[in-house]
Amino acid sequence: MDRKKKKFTPVITVNECKGCERCVYSCPKKVLRLENKLNSYGYRYAFYIGEGCIGCGSCFYTCPEPGAVSIYEETEDNT
Amino acid sequence: MSERNKIMLRGNDAVIYGALLAGCDCFFGYPITPANEIAHSGAALFPMLGRVFLQAESELAAINMVLGASAAGRRAITASSGLGISLKQEGISYIATMELPAVIVDIMRGGPGLGNLGPEQGDYNQVVKGGGHGNYKCIVLAPNSPQEMCSLTMKAFELADNYRTPVYVLSDALIGQMIESVLLPDPVDKKPIPDWAIAGTAEYRKNYITSIYLDYDDLERLNLKLQEKYELIRRNEQLCESYMTDDADTVIICYGIVSRIAKSAVNLLREKGHKAGLLRPMTLFPFPSTEIQRLEKKISSFLCIELSNGQMLDDIKLSMESDIPLHFYSRMGGNLPNEQDIINKYLSVHGKTNG
Amino acid sequence: MAKKLIYGKPSGFFDTFDRRPGITHSTHYCPGCGHGVLHKLIAEAVADLGMLDKTIFICPVGCSVFGYYYFNMASISVPHGRAPAVATGLVRSNPDCFVISYQGDGDLGAIGFNEFIQAANRGENMAVFFVNNGVYGMTGGQLAPTTLPGQKTLTSPYGRSVENEGYPLKVCEMVAALDSPVYVERTAVTSPKNIRAARAALRKALTYMKEKKGFSLVEFLSGCPVNMKRSAKDTDEWIEKNVIPYFPVKCFKDIANERKPKQSPVGIYDKEKVKDSLLATEKIHPSDESELPVPDIKGELRIKCAGFGGQGILSLGMLIAEAGHLQNLKASWLPSYGPEMRGGTANCSVVLSREAVGSPLVKTADVVLAMNQPSIDKFSPDLRDGGILIYDSVNIKFDNPGKCNVYSLDASMIAKDVIGDVRCANSVMLGAFCEIIRSIDEKSFISSITNNFRGKEKVISMNIKAFQEGRKAVRK
Repeated sequence: MDRKKKKFTPVITVNECKGCERCVYSCPKKVLRLENKLNSYGYRYAFYIGEGCIGCGSCFYTCPEPGAVSIYEETEDNT
Repeated sequence: MSERNKIMLRGNDAVIYGALLAGCDCFFGYPITPANEIAHSGAALFPMLGRVFLQAESELAAINMVLGASAAGRRAITASSGLGISLKQEGISYIATMELPAVIVDIMRGGPGLGNLGPEQGDYNQVVKGGGHGNYKCIVLAPNSPQEMCSLTMKAFELADNYRTPVYVLSDALIGQMIESVLLPDPVDKKPIPDWAIAGTAEYRKNYITSIYLDYDDLERLNLKLQEKYELIRRNEQLCESYMTDDADTVIICYGIVSRIAKSAVNLLREKGHKAGLLRPMTLFPFPSTEIQRLEKKISSFLCIELSNGQMLDDIKLSMESDIPLHFYSRMGGNLPNEQDIINKYLSVHGKTNG
Repeated sequence: MAKKLIYGKPSGFFDTFDRRPGITHSTHYCPGCGHGVLHKLIAEAVADLGMLDKTIFICPVGCSVFGYYYFNMASISVPHGRAPAVATGLVRSNPDCFVISYQGDGDLGAIGFNEFIQAANRGENMAVFFVNNGVYGMTGGQLAPTTLPGQKTLTSPYGRSVENEGYPLKVCEMVAALDSPVYVERTAVTSPKNIRAARAALRKALTYMKEKKGFSLVEFLSGCPVNMKRSAKDTDEWIEKNVIPYFPVKCFKDIANERKPKQSPVGIYDKEKVKDSLLATEKIHPSDESELPVPDIKGELRIKCAGFGGQGILSLGMLIAEAGHLQNLKASWLPSYGPEMRGGTANCSVVLSREAVGSPLVKTADVVLAMNQPSIDKFSPDLRDGGILIYDSVNIKFDNPGKCNVYSLDASMIAKDVIGDVRCANSVMLGAFCEIIRSIDEKSFISSITNNFRGKEKVISMNIKAFQEGRKAVRK
């Protein structure tokens, strides 16, 4: 099989996150969580649990901060 | 041939001719007597030259439309009368703070409140002293004929652009209503869009215009910058007409329609051998203090005549450095002194000062 | 392995927010704020639609007053509620720009509702993005026009009472009822599904503006978690459960396809054309009479015309002023003003002079033209000794006190019987004035009549005839 496998990775910029949790509760796959630690501005911040992202963009659009959430797509070519 | 360029114009109409000759792009206004003819002429002549005329829903809207057009780097004008000017003050404070050029015409009527439609000069303080909130001032030009309604409106645009500040053309119901021969000045070149404008092209995308400065020091800096500008205006832009002042004993100080009546009175007094003179401020901010200080050294008294409770009188007092007498005569409510009233006042002043 | 950014900070934002004092990588908005969500949709859409250079973002008064910290487009922060008026000025003076009027519920629904609804009703080419979070955020959480019944705010601590504050303002419903707006939709920036619908609506509004189709309104039901004293999640849930049922999320109007793009006037600035057009508003000029000498008037000739309203008194004065003007005299004309106007009389002051005219108000007159009894009673005492009084003897009884030169003529009767229209009586008076004064040429008066009644040939010839009859009447 030479099917392309896609992998999506949400990246949270720690110091741009204000810990509002919008991404956490908006994620259909529930793969984002809120860290118990605080960032430099005193907010808890979101993190990706490392697997399960489907690249839907819900976290990106629901996040009120311009650059706190980015999503990358990695395409692995099997051939 | 210059006669070809003469037409009979009502003072209010002449404002529109001046605006169009100055390359004004937009007129925004709200109906109000006795300034209506400005809007009537604007509605006819702005579209004739492909310019924008829009009757706004309120004075507030009109001044903010002017703000918008000015921010776009275009020349814009609005016109009203006392009570309408009161409503515009919010916008004018913003325009002054944003350092945008704008021209505002005030055809004064009787006040306060709804008042009446007669000529008065009770808007002096709200126009000359700032009027809205904050430490700002506007340049104020005071025409006394349809000719000057035209030419000072043109000058208003020039000053507004040079100093990036709102400029008033302050006149009254009679100067607005009277018709006289006007020699149309030559039009000016269309002004280029200034580099600070938000003009909707790539070149201007970097610009933003605001009047909010949360940091106290930033706002103080802006205030100081404005005061420097006003000082520069004070130094460079004082304008007045001195008539028969060279050998005068008493100089009458007045502006607008009163200055026309006073000129006749001065002529009649001179015919009878009295040495009356006339000082007519053509700019009310900056007030022509330099001329007042020059004159007070050689005359025996001033006589201020106003259609108000003495609003310009304060500026004369602030300008004077000597203690020669400053007399005051006023009418209000739409009433006017006639030549004889002024002559009588002059004579009574002299009865006193000459013992 | 290829790595590609599929969702990231839109290029409609600055890379860093250098205009923001202090922290330059994030916004000043509170955690979970609806403004941030909407800002991202706008930054993305304006960039995607290629409108960044031409768009002007209007920051209202409210939390989004600092919108210009973030958007990489020209911006202006305007007085509270006045955004649609400023937008009107921007777009009317520069029809090629695109204006986003971003407004909150207090700004749009309360203090600036007139500016908003009138701009909508004019169909200005602009997009209004209305952020409705039901509360005044910037000032700390007071009642807004859209606050729900029962909802507690700092100024409705017992909950909004419909008896005291009325029901919430339904903005989209009102705007959709107007004919001019092309697109009205209410959305919510709550769940991902609603945010996607909001994103589509916003892009539609921008597209219509780009096509110059006119006025679009998109309302965004939005959360203010801090002032609502709820978490972002609870705020969104509260909106979906309580606000959306009151303010339904839907498209109210979408008629852009029926509308043609707006056309804008093209300004004429060519100096010759401008001057010629303005001069052409007057049909005759002093140069046309240039073979005539400037009349030999000593000092000022101060004239008062007076009579009943409807007798053409103001015209009579104007015809005299214009005749003088045509012979290069300085001429002023001033209609009656103030208390003098009472009692059904009309009067005007005319001054002619070789020098600049002093007072345009005639008190002591050299000439009085009177057409009714109250006028002669009022103004004849103001004649200077040796002055000229001309009156219509049909309407007036007058005993000459002997100090002035008196001319009477049956002006109204001549107009009625000889000309056939009593309204020409003022031209009869004008003829008498011409004949008595003599210094101003008859041709100037005729030009003045022709100019005054231009386009009405019959009226012109009647008035010229009346004018000649007036001359004859005082010649006898």
